[in-house]
Amino acid sequence: MRVVENLNHALHEVLAANPRAFLLGEDLLDPYGGAFKATRGLSTRFPSRVITTPISESAITGVGAGLALCGDTAIVEIMFSDFVTLAFDQIVNFAAKSVSMYGTRVPMRLIVRLPTGGGRGYGPTHSQSLQKHFIGVPGLDVYEMSPLHDNHAVFTQMIAAERPCVFFEDKVLYTKRMHEVDDLFTWDLTDGLARVHVDTPPDCVIIAPGGVTHRALAAMRRLLLEQEIVCTLLVPSRLHPLDAAPLVAVAREARSVVVAEESTAGGTWGAEVAHVLHRELWGVLRNPVALAHSADSIIPTASHLERAVLLTETTIHDTVLESLK
Amino acid sequence: MTTDLDRLLLIRHFERALLDLFAKGELNGTTHTCLGQEIVPVALAPLLGPDDHVFSNHRGHGHYLARFDDPAGLLAEIMGREGAVCDGVGGSQHILREGYLSTGVQGESLPVAVGAALHLRGSGALACAYIGDGTWGEGAVYESLNLAALWGLPLLVVVEHNGIAQTTPTELAMSGTIGARCAAFGVAHTALPADDVSAIRTVLTPLVAAVRTGSPLVVEFAVNRLGPHSKGDDTRSGVSELRDWYRDMSDVTGFAEADARARDLVGSVVREVKARPLSTWGRQAVRRGA
Repeated sequence: MRVVENLNHALHEVLAANPRAFLLGEDLLDPYGGAFKATRGLSTRFPSRVITTPISESAITGVGAGLALCGDTAIVEIMFSDFVTLAFDQIVNFAAKSVSMYGTRVPMRLIVRLPTGGGRGYGPTHSQSLQKHFIGVPGLDVYEMSPLHDNHAVFTQMIAAERPCVFFEDKVLYTKRMHEVDDLFTWDLTDGLARVHVDTPPDCVIIAPGGVTHRALAAMRRLLLEQEIVCTLLVPSRLHPLDAAPLVAVAREARSVVVAEESTAGGTWGAEVAHVLHRELWGVLRNPVALAHSADSIIPTASHLERAVLLTETTIHDTVLESLK
Repeated sequence: MTTDLDRLLLIRHFERALLDLFAKGELNGTTHTCLGQEIVPVALAPLLGPDDHVFSNHRGHGHYLARFDDPAGLLAEIMGREGAVCDGVGGSQHILREGYLSTGVQGESLPVAVGAALHLRGSGALACAYIGDGTWGEGAVYESLNLAALWGLPLLVVVEHNGIAQTTPTELAMSGTIGARCAAFGVAHTALPADDVSAIRTVLTPLVAAVRTGSPLVVEFAVNRLGPHSKGDDTRSGVSELRDWYRDMSDVTGFAEADARARDLVGSVVREVKARPLSTWGRQAVRRGA
């Protein structure tokens, strides 16, 4: 099953299980079924609760927050995560504040879905990875889709938490297969943390959000086959708040740690992870935690130019080698 | 029985007491009083039911006091004392109580009110959002009017047009009119003076009934903001010449007695709340059914 089908299945399950669950967004209706087809079939099956909207990211996110405030479950799709900047006020100043600023915690089941990232030639305003702007907002959870995490389980967790969530979906994942890992490695999943490894203690631990999984696996394969460098990959589903304990436990045993993300450098999720590891493992780590990012640049449209700036398998490969020097 | 005059006077004296407390250095932060605008929420109060959702803004004390007979809870919220509506966390402009929410960012509540109206559609209840003339500078207003009309939602937008946004007069901030902007979205619009509670109710009773069946409405009240934007930042001259219901009604039979009662009530609320211990914040306690 492809990732987009797994996601689509999860959305079907959420709407089928709860008659007060709504899905809002632009161009969601069948037969189109959303720009990336994640919502295919939903408007046919749940016509009154799958609502196509005008191009009004601020309003539709606020509508979702209003439904959530009234006790409904609301899932809002922003067609490209770049446009979430238009809904920043509703997410940061309204939804995240409403669960926390009225003295007692107000449960709100609001999920903002954010197709994200580059690699598809959509150019500077349709390719960014803006996760870092949502890290550290009190009351807001940040998740990222992963080929190793079943989306229905992730959506169940987000809904059960009753806190507003942003859910980043790296667009390159949609067409990949779920749960498919290079046969050099085995993988497991514990409490929302996926671990891909071989049966040897790792030289390097790579920590990455779901969208980077395949690039990290490709780098791990090359490092193992060409240089006999053993890596373990850790992919958390929830990026923030971060459950650091299991990362710390694995990182403790390695010679180096690399955090890889597609974002540009500066105030990133990876820097936050590195800070936590430095604090917890100061005096234990043999090297500083290394970060791998995309270049400090806008994202060009032409394929060869885009490849030159985005985080790639090679960026991760080279960062791992550098971290072990 | 609490009369409309009692409510008007309660709000007036409550707001005066706040400015007095600020002047004495007894309040933290800032506050926005609704001096001069009290008639709007008092006139609307009986037109709104317990199942309606009210969205208030930064200038919301009158909205709260017209819906809940709870000056002590509100003052405790503003002063961070025990018994505060939201434990003193939200303060003057961030209050949540059943069917009532205020928040401090201009225009932000309208999309949320549209969401509440979508939730309420078909139930006979409505979402009512108070905004000012200055709020019409925000794009979220237009996105929301579009959705409310498009989806036939029970949304009542109450505009307290006081002619000034903080220090900026409307003529420096708005081209055209609110009425024409509503017409562009096919949203009904009514402009009313805010000087007669009964006259307002007479006009609005059938219009609000229509809102409940899915015809969104914008009611634009012409009001005078008699106080500063917040504590003591008024840049205007001639404010004392502005029309004030308080002066206009002062020779009504029973006014002096009602005025003294409201002043005494607020005075005792201030004394009692000031004497309370500081509020405590139960961060993890969960509120259901907000």
